[in-house]
Amino acid sequence: MIQTISQPWPWYVAGALIGLIVPALLLLGNKHFGISSNLRHICAACFPSNISFFKYEWKKETWNLYFVGGILIGGYLSATLLGSNEPIIIHPDLANELATYGITDFSGLVPVQLFSFENLFTAKGLIMMIGGGFLVGFGTRYAGGCTSGHAIMGLSNLQWPSLVATICFMVGGFIMANFILPYILSL
Amino acid sequence: MENKKVVHSNPVDFEVRSLDAMCINESELKHPWWYNFKYLAVGLVFGIVFVKAEIISWFRIQEMFRLQSFHMYGVIGTAVVVGAISVFLIKKFNVKTIHGEDITFTDKKFNKGQIYGGLMFGFGWAITGACPGPLFAQLGTGVLSISVVILSAIAGTWVYGKFRDQLPH
Repeated sequence: MIQTISQPWPWYVAGALIGLIVPALLLLGNKHFGISSNLRHICAACFPSNISFFKYEWKKETWNLYFVGGILIGGYLSATLLGSNEPIIIHPDLANELATYGITDFSGLVPVQLFSFENLFTAKGLIMMIGGGFLVGFGTRYAGGCTSGHAIMGLSNLQWPSLVATICFMVGGFIMANFILPYILSL
Repeated sequence: MENKKVVHSNPVDFEVRSLDAMCINESELKHPWWYNFKYLAVGLVFGIVFVKAEIISWFRIQEMFRLQSFHMYGVIGTAVVVGAISVFLIKKFNVKTIHGEDITFTDKKFNKGQIYGGLMFGFGWAITGACPGPLFAQLGTGVLSISVVILSAIAGTWVYGKFRDQLPH
């Protein structure tokens, strides 16, 4: 049992469990799955700065902050208790491509050669950590949701604007990964 | 254009309810604060799935956008199917919450932000290899440098809020 849990889980198990979060939150308290809203709640709670977009009763949304707190703890528990320390098996084409940029360490969930405090003040690190994070925060709020709010909750509720958003997420990701990221990684 | 009018007449309500993925559900019931731990429990399961299915792996996201792996498509596709069946059943049988309240759904309104913002988030997703949820899970697994990415994402949200009125929607 423990051994089964320690191994990477297949997509259909993970997908089904994530899909079940939608009814779980609805049944527990009529809550709608959506994580990027928390970034807004944090702004509203910490730096509202008299901006109307952040002037709302964020305290009514604390459930979502608990939810994200759970994700954080879940990440910690799986890394410490349920971990398999084997490196992730990645596609050989990707491994070869990354090797040309000097990325050869595939041991972690994120490449330590890109995401680390030491890299933060290099051009690559600055673009990827600060720039990438900024685009995630700005883009999700501009789009009104992220993968959870639009791609999973929105599509589950058959909302066509969420389909538009999801397609744009994917198009943006394709353009970045295939045409722009290679230049950033070569820096 | 009509959107703009509504925004000015009743900014907060409109934004929170219609423009956003989030929907504020004004529960009439008052629960003690520790009731929120049930959401923490759901998040905890979610966080474990994130790590164990390698969804928060930067490498899996790169494979996804290079069409080198089916994994992420399988995960998201299955999640949508399971979610859609659940929502369908909840609507069909008019299921209530465990506290007996109605479960409500709000339709999302289309605006251009879903295109511009969607593309921007797509760029960020491919760079960081993470959407907002996985960022928190990555931090939880002990990659402390991700805190910089999260802070930057919060800054991005703040800047959006600041310049929101000047942006095309």
